[in-house]
Amino acid sequence: MTDNTNHSPPVTVLSSLQAWLTTETPQSRFQAKMTQLYRGWQSLRSNPLALVGFLILVTLILVAIFAPLLATHGPSEQNLAMRLAPPGSEGYLLGSDEFGRDIWSRIVFGSRITLMIVVLVACTAPVFGLLVGTVAGYLGGWPDMVLMRITDIFLAFPRLVLALAFVAALGAGIENAILAISLTAWPPYARIARAETLTIRNADYISAIQLQGAGSLRIITGHIWPMCMSSIIVRVTLDMAGIILTAAGLGFLGLGAQPPMPEWGAMISAGRKFLLDHWWVATMPGLAIFIVSLGFNLLGDGLRDILDPKGEQS
Amino acid sequence: MNNAAGTATQKRREGSSPLLKRLRGLTTVLLSIIATLVGLLFITFLIGRVMPIDPVLAIVGERASKEVYDAAYLSLGLDKPLIVQFGVFLQQVFTGDFGISRLTARPVSDDIIRVFPATLELASVATVFGVLFGVPMGVIAAVHQGKWQDQLIRLFGLFGYSMPIFWLGLMGLLIFYGILGWVGGPGRLDVFYDDLVPVITGMILVDSLIAGEIDIFWNAVSHIILPASLLGYYSLAYISRMTRSFMLEQLTQEYIITARVKGLSEHAVIWRHALGNVMIPLITVIALSYANLLEGSVLTEVIFAWPGLGQYLTTALLSADMNAVMGGTVVVGLIFIGLNLFSDFLYKVVDPRAR
Repeated sequence: MTDNTNHSPPVTVLSSLQAWLTTETPQSRFQAKMTQLYRGWQSLRSNPLALVGFLILVTLILVAIFAPLLATHGPSEQNLAMRLAPPGSEGYLLGSDEFGRDIWSRIVFGSRITLMIVVLVACTAPVFGLLVGTVAGYLGGWPDMVLMRITDIFLAFPRLVLALAFVAALGAGIENAILAISLTAWPPYARIARAETLTIRNADYISAIQLQGAGSLRIITGHIWPMCMSSIIVRVTLDMAGIILTAAGLGFLGLGAQPPMPEWGAMISAGRKFLLDHWWVATMPGLAIFIVSLGFNLLGDGLRDILDPKGEQS
Repeated sequence: MNNAAGTATQKRREGSSPLLKRLRGLTTVLLSIIATLVGLLFITFLIGRVMPIDPVLAIVGERASKEVYDAAYLSLGLDKPLIVQFGVFLQQVFTGDFGISRLTARPVSDDIIRVFPATLELASVATVFGVLFGVPMGVIAAVHQGKWQDQLIRLFGLFGYSMPIFWLGLMGLLIFYGILGWVGGPGRLDVFYDDLVPVITGMILVDSLIAGEIDIFWNAVSHIILPASLLGYYSLAYISRMTRSFMLEQLTQEYIITARVKGLSEHAVIWRHALGNVMIPLITVIALSYANLLEGSVLTEVIFAWPGLGQYLTTALLSADMNAVMGGTVVVGLIFIGLNLFSDFLYKVVDPRAR
């Protein structure tokens, strides 16, 4: 959103910038991209729910970056004299857990783990799915059949159960949890990318580039991938909430992040033992998970309206 | 299948190639189902093989001599190539033999038959919740598209998508059981009612009615209502969203205009004419959400100490009970594939346009 940060310059510069951004006849590729971004931002701004989601995610990123400044304690700093202090106790905004660790600080540092999970899965699963889907869709024939059959097999498992089985095979831990989630998250992307490719494959511009002698690799990476991007991005945003919930679920079952780590799901699991007497230990990290995945859902929902208005069905 | 035969004769009159095409289509579908099944079993098999657990040690124990260990190693067929082992595994699965669970010391298949009704009961009640509330909400959202009702329902659904179910379960227990005392706690029954009802279907709600034990029935209801409604919230979110989009599509159709022009009440137009046409795709959505509940139920069962398939699977995982893990995973995968196929099939049978 680089275009919107220029608040300070005089009005004339601002209006010429706006003219530059809203032109019907962009002069360069860069300008065309920027006008597109600007239009997206304008429709995002007109959708209050999506804007709320966007702000939640910006906050998450800021909290993760500035965690040491926002936290009042170290994430693993124990104070047994202050164990299970209720919210609002002196120095413990959201209370403390069974080791007297400050829950607020742990949630703040936990945002880094959540962000790491989200980024790693978003960098692997969609890319792999895009690769499989576009190759299958473009080549057709037996590669299509084999690749899509494999995709169907992975789709045939409920996601959490497959992730559980993978983690059991690989061993518990945050890295393996991320790997397991990625292994279970790619098939829907492959499906979407294939569907998009099938509609693009016979377009005139593809024939044109074929006639110019471009190879399959060049066509797929240079001319088909960019066309699949918008639907993949919407799907990634909507998926992130599910991925956060799966990661938290694995953490809760003790198969994801391991104890001293301030992972939100594992924190809920620890608080479960004191639920009836010390409700805040389990409640607070759950609220954090809820807010973040709501942010992704709100933004994804809005993006879907903006980028592909008729695709209600995933 | 009468119908299919009828179409077939009709097609034959037109020439044999459409029939052949149909047959070929059917074969392709069957082959792809078989390929998916074998693939599913292969993945499960691989997961079982790369698990960091020695299956021989699990049987003979830590202190077995080398001879005993080797004998067990050979009897398990672990010296054979992987592909042969997979063949043996396939053979076992198709005869319903998943081996012995290390944890319960009983055949895994027996265990699964014992725990499955609990999951089925929970998922069924949850689906009833989801349909009962989700469908009307979707209809209302579609009728008031873009208005506050639509936004409210959309937000309500998004909340459902965003809450970790295990956390929602804990909060539910805290509020409705711990503080208000409105519902029964974890488990399927209060302790003193345990094992009083003869097991017939394995579903306590049904069994207690068959036995005529009304007290036990109401106790079971008080226990299932919280986990089932929370689980139902998830399918509600999905069902209401899909109902809304199907309804929006129908409401722009010409027959709706005709019905209105005819002077039918708005109520009849929406709830009878439009919803009637939405029912078909909706059934497939409900079948899919039923399948998805299996996934949600893993965590819900852990929270509510519900002795179903999900809890069985997680306990087995945490105690490295390999046979149970593989058996459970295969069964869940099979149910998932089955329900997906069923919804596809239903769609084709019920909706003539999809044929």
